[in-house]
Amino acid sequence: MDFNLTDDRRMLADTLARYLADKYTIEHRNEVAYEMPCHDPAKWDELADLGALYALAPEDAGGFGGTGFDISVVFEALGRALCPEPVLAALLSSRLLGAAGADQEALLTGGTKYAAALSELDAPYDIAGISCAAEARGDGHVLSGRKTAVYGAQVADVLLVAARLDGKVALFEVQAGDAQVVGYAMIDGGGAAEVLLDDTSARLLIADAAAAIEAALNAGIVALCAEAVGAMEVAHDTTLDYLRQRKQFGVPIGKFQVLQHRAVDMLTEIEQSRSITIKAAAELDGPQATRFAAMAKNMIGRAARLVAEEAIQMHGGIAMTWEYPVSHYAKRLVMLDHQLGDTDYHLAKVMAGNAAA
Amino acid sequence: MDLSFSAEDRAFQDEVRGWLADNLPAHISDAVRSGGELTKPMMEEWHALLNSRGWLAVTWPVEFGGPGWTPVQKHIFEEECCRAYAPRIVPFGLNMLGPVLIKFGTRAQQEYYLPRILDGTDWWCQGYSEPGAGSDLASLKTRAVRDGDEYVINGQKTWTTLGQHANKIFCLVRTDPDVKQQEGISFVLVDLDTPGIEMRPIRLIEGGHEVNEVFFTDVRVPVANLVGEENKGWTIAKYLLTHERTGIAGVGFSMQALEEVKALARKVRRGSGRLIDEPLFAARIAQAEIDLEAMKITNLRMLFKAQEQGAPGPETSILKIKGTVIHQELKDLARRALGPAAAPFPGHVSDGNMMFGPEDTAHNAARYFNNRKTSIFGGSNEIQRNILTKTMLEL
Repeated sequence: MDFNLTDDRRMLADTLARYLADKYTIEHRNEVAYEMPCHDPAKWDELADLGALYALAPEDAGGFGGTGFDISVVFEALGRALCPEPVLAALLSSRLLGAAGADQEALLTGGTKYAAALSELDAPYDIAGISCAAEARGDGHVLSGRKTAVYGAQVADVLLVAARLDGKVALFEVQAGDAQVVGYAMIDGGGAAEVLLDDTSARLLIADAAAAIEAALNAGIVALCAEAVGAMEVAHDTTLDYLRQRKQFGVPIGKFQVLQHRAVDMLTEIEQSRSITIKAAAELDGPQATRFAAMAKNMIGRAARLVAEEAIQMHGGIAMTWEYPVSHYAKRLVMLDHQLGDTDYHLAKVMAGNAAA
Repeated sequence: MDLSFSAEDRAFQDEVRGWLADNLPAHISDAVRSGGELTKPMMEEWHALLNSRGWLAVTWPVEFGGPGWTPVQKHIFEEECCRAYAPRIVPFGLNMLGPVLIKFGTRAQQEYYLPRILDGTDWWCQGYSEPGAGSDLASLKTRAVRDGDEYVINGQKTWTTLGQHANKIFCLVRTDPDVKQQEGISFVLVDLDTPGIEMRPIRLIEGGHEVNEVFFTDVRVPVANLVGEENKGWTIAKYLLTHERTGIAGVGFSMQALEEVKALARKVRRGSGRLIDEPLFAARIAQAEIDLEAMKITNLRMLFKAQEQGAPGPETSILKIKGTVIHQELKDLARRALGPAAAPFPGHVSDGNMMFGPEDTAHNAARYFNNRKTSIFGGSNEIQRNILTKTMLEL
C-alpha cells in the first residue's frame, strides 16, 4: 500500500501546476474561456510540449502514461487552474483511437485536435440509446444525425463519431470540415459544439464499439473526478481565506461555529471525493472499472455541488460576482455533473449492479 | 499509488482469516450476527482465545505482551474480525488503560495491572463523563481530596459502559479546584469493591442495559493508584482519546451492515418483486455503498499516513464523523427494510423470527436505536468538527 505519487508523476504534477499558475492565471482564463475559440491555441501547444497529452496515453500508443493515476495527475492540475483547454476531448479520443489500433501521434503532439462525438439530445449519457445512423456507401460510410455537447468540437480537426450500423453502435472518423459544426462557449467556460451530420462521409474505425466507448467514458470520468477534486480544493481554500479575513459583528466570520462546521463538512466531502477518485483510477483498467467510475461520478456530483453552493453561500454576495474567481469555480463544479453522466445516472448504474448480484 | 496490501500483509490476512475460521466459536459468532447482547462469559471466552494466540492487546508493544503490529496489520485484523462476526474487543482495559499505563504508569503499576488485563482477572470500565461534563469533559467535578496516603473521592460518573461486568474503574477526578480546569485533573485507578461506591444501571432507548452511573461517597483510594503526576490527568485523557481512535471509522462494521442490508433487500418481497428492485430503497443502499467505498480508501489513506508519520493525525476526526453517519444510515435501512415486521420488541415474540422470514433480523429496530449513540460518544460529531476546525482549517 502506497498513497504517494511516483517520482515521475510528482514531477509532471509539479511542472503542470507551476506552468498553469504562472501562465494560465484566472484573469487570462476568463478572457479566453467564454469567447470562441474558448481556449488559448498558444497555451494548448505549450501544454502539449510539457507532456500533458503524452501522459494520457500508454507507451504502446506512443505516450508515457495512460493509467488512471496519470490521468488524475493531469486533470487535477487542470482543475486547480480551471483550465478550459480541450484536454478531455483529447483523452476520450486517445482512448478511442487506441481501441481502434489507430495511430495517435498527431493527437499526442497537440498538432491535430480530436473530439469524441458520443452524446445525443435523447441519449445524453447512455450509448445504448444512440440513434445517429450510419450506412455503407461506396467504399466507405455516410452518417446522418445530430451529436450534442461535443466537448472540444468547436476547434476540432477530426471527430470520432458514435453511430448505429447494422444495429450495433460503431465508431467512425469524420473530418470536421465535412460536418456542420456549431460551436459555442459553455456557461462554465471552455467550448463544445453541436455536430450536424447529413450523409456526411465517414471512415469506419470500430464496427462494434460499445465496449471501447464504455472504456473511454470510464477514463473520461476519472479525468472529470480528478478535475473536480482540484477545483474543489481551490474553492475550499479560497473560502477558508475569506472566513479568516472577512469581519462582521467585529470578528472574522470564521469564528462563528455555524460556518466552521460547514467548512469542515466541505473538507470531509473533498477527502471522500479524493478517495473515491483514487479508487476509480486504480480500477480503471480492471474488470470493475465501470462500477467504480459510476460510484466516483455519483459522489463527485454530490460533493462538487455542495462545495460550490457552500463556497458561494459562505462568501456572500462577493461570490455572486463575475470578478471574484470563486464564481467560476462554482460554475465548473456544478456543470461537471452534466458531463459523461450525472449523479442520478450513475447511481442507477450502481443500483442495477446490486440488483443483479 | 498502490492500493493493494503487500505480500507480507496479505499473508498476515490469510493467517488471521484461517485462525478465525478455526477458533471463533460458533455460539459467539451467531450471537454477534443476530445483533443481540453478548453475555459476559462470551466476551471472556473470546478474550481468552485471543490471548492464547497473543492477539488480544493489539495496541501494546511486544515487550508488554502485544503482537507488535503495524497500523495496517491492526486494520487487517479488525476487518477480518468483522468479516467473521467476531465480537468487538472490550476496549476499556485493553485499548484504553493498557496504553496509558504503558506510557504513564510506574513499573510497579505496569507489572501488577497489565498481566491482569491480559488474563481477564480485571475488567475495567471508564469513569470520564459526568452529568454536568459531557462534551466539556474538562469541567468535571468529581472531587478527590488528599488525606495522608489516600484520596477521598466524592462525586458521580455516568455513561459507564459495561460497568456492570467490571471490578475496576479508571477515573478522571478533580484534585485542584483553584486552577485552570485542565490543570487540576488527575487520573486514578479505583477498585469497585471499595466502600462508598454504588453502580446503578441506565436503561437505554432500546431497553438494553449497556451503560451505568457510578456514585462515589467518601471513597478512599490509595495515593499509589494515581497514574502519572497529580494534576496532569488531562494530558493522559487526551493521549487516551488518540488511542480510542484506532478503528474509529468502523469500516469493517459498516461493510458487515451493508452486506446484511443487501441480502435482506434481496429476500424481502414487496408485491410481486423484491425490495432491492424498488428504486427508492435501492438508491439509498447504493448511495450508502458509494459513501462507504470512499470511506474505505479515506481510512487506508490515513492508515498509510499514520504508518509513515508514526501516529494518527487530527484528520482522523473525519473518519469518526463520516464513519458513524454511514453506519447509522445502514442501520436505518436495515430497520426500514422490515416494514411492519420491525415492530416487535426483541424477546416479546417467542421465536425471534416468526414475524418474518429472513434470519437475524429480530433486533434491527433495536440496533438502529442503539446505534444513535455512535455519533454522540467518543467525542460527539460536533466536537470532532471543532477539532477539525482548529487543527485542519486554522480558523
